[in-house]
Amino acid sequence: MKEVGEKKLSKIVLYFFLIVSALLSVFPFYWMYVIGSNSTNAINKFPPAVIPGTSFADNAAKVFERIDFFGALLNSFIISGAVTLSVLFFCSLAGFAFSKLQFKGRDGLFIFLLATMMIPPQLGLIPNFMIISELGWLDDLRAVIVPAMVTAFGVFWMRQYISSSVPFELIEAARIDGCSNFRTYWNIVLPAVRPGLATLGIFTFMGTWNDFLWPLVVLKDRSVHTIQIALRTLNDVYYTDYSMILSGTFMATLPILVVFLIFNRQFIAGITEGAVKD
Amino acid sequence: MASDQTIQPAQPKRPKKRYSQKVNDRRSGYLFVSPFFILFGIFGVFPLLFTAYLSFHRWNILGTREFVGFQNYSLLFTDDPLFWKALGNTISIWLISTIPQLIAALIIAFLLNQAFLKGKAIFRLGIFMPNVTSVVAVAIVFSAMFGTQYGIINYVLSLFGIDPIHWRGSYFGTHVAISTMVMWRWVGYNSIIYLAGLQSISKDLYEAATIDGANKIQQLISITIPLLKPIIIFTVLQSTIGGLQIFAEPMLFGVGGNYQGLTVTLYLYEEAFTRFSFGYAAAIAWLLFFIIILFSLVNVFLTKKIKST
Repeated sequence: MKEVGEKKLSKIVLYFFLIVSALLSVFPFYWMYVIGSNSTNAINKFPPAVIPGTSFADNAAKVFERIDFFGALLNSFIISGAVTLSVLFFCSLAGFAFSKLQFKGRDGLFIFLLATMMIPPQLGLIPNFMIISELGWLDDLRAVIVPAMVTAFGVFWMRQYISSSVPFELIEAARIDGCSNFRTYWNIVLPAVRPGLATLGIFTFMGTWNDFLWPLVVLKDRSVHTIQIALRTLNDVYYTDYSMILSGTFMATLPILVVFLIFNRQFIAGITEGAVKD
Repeated sequence: MASDQTIQPAQPKRPKKRYSQKVNDRRSGYLFVSPFFILFGIFGVFPLLFTAYLSFHRWNILGTREFVGFQNYSLLFTDDPLFWKALGNTISIWLISTIPQLIAALIIAFLLNQAFLKGKAIFRLGIFMPNVTSVVAVAIVFSAMFGTQYGIINYVLSLFGIDPIHWRGSYFGTHVAISTMVMWRWVGYNSIIYLAGLQSISKDLYEAATIDGANKIQQLISITIPLLKPIIIFTVLQSTIGGLQIFAEPMLFGVGGNYQGLTVTLYLYEEAFTRFSFGYAAAIAWLLFFIIILFSLVNVFLTKKIKST
């Protein structure tokens, strides 16, 4: 009897702890909306407003006046979309070669590729800035897209995925039918690794969407700002108007949150696979 | 070794075609992996070497350059208190954010792994959500929450009779505020990773321990943590590498009057892109790289030591 009581208590403690953790995780999203939907006057008092107000549209209108919100959103979308498509193509192609084709130095090249993942991006920041300005790509979306078009992590990910989910017999069969290597990749391998592509695609899209330091360095002009840089401008220049800033932040967070809620299964599964397989 | 594998299957057929297939494979192999290596050559290898070259020069945006040997480095070591302050801040923020973060993640993962738990998927989703938010959004909303006058955190503290804390005005306040942003964004991520590790531990071990009379806490310490060691090392490494490069949070929160929020990467950024002393910034970059390697090695060593009891 006593034991049952103890179990119940520990269950309650467990649920309580998890609920508190989940609430703490979600609270800042709620808070973005609370501040973003109240007037600055309602926020700047003690105790502050704790429930959503009715000024969201007003605050949002001020955001649209001060920054080119939709332009920035579009830039982020173009950059993230282009990087994602390119990463999916080049990384799966290289992953196919590393996993199914024989060529001299293959394993050595692959180890080299893994080693490059250890290098922190800051190390090349200044020379990369110089290269981009030599190319005349400052204030040009290409400055952010081109260096990210194929990544070591992506190649690694696709190689592991192709190795474990495309049997050699399938490749051999395609060859007997007279497929070239590229056709084998395009018609046989790509359709077979769709789930792996989906996970890599979500990772890449979100990572690029949230990138901050590099776009900050190379995209100075307002017309090429990504949504992150535009938010930062909003925060820097109009720092007293928190309601307006947070309505902008909320609107900028919403698209990525929706994408996450749709694809959360692939995303969470992808993270655990990456970590546990290492 | 590995190259023998593919030659075998079709060998009995036509040796001639096999040979051309081999040549084909070699050609397409190099062709298919070349985009990565070309891009990495341009935006990876060259910048790495050029940063080293730059760090031995006095170099500014006008292109005037002068070879100065190790002067940038000796300046950093002997005559730049701001750099050491930035390093101190970075390490302090990293410690305050990483230690509670990994412990909390471990506890959450342990709880999420209980068999009787209902609504697992919802909890997992909620706890993971912060990780997809951009650093910029995180920094902005937490800056509002850590406001001195009207911030919700000071309000909640006041309910417990605690006087308002001037978060932007002190080392303690600034470091805690920035660390909180990091923690909020990464606890869920690490929990999910630990959870995957936990699920790979066999249930029999726990059953045996329960029969032997071990309680949950004892099981956590003597079964779970030792078996999770590789994954703990992975997360410690990731948080070390990420934590020592922290940049956006302090930049958006504000470094404060005493530079108490200045971090190494922020200092590098300002040297390079507001003062345009590329040579000096390059020296900072290399030093930061060595510090990251050093800390990673020490952490792996420590994590290996402590846990193998």
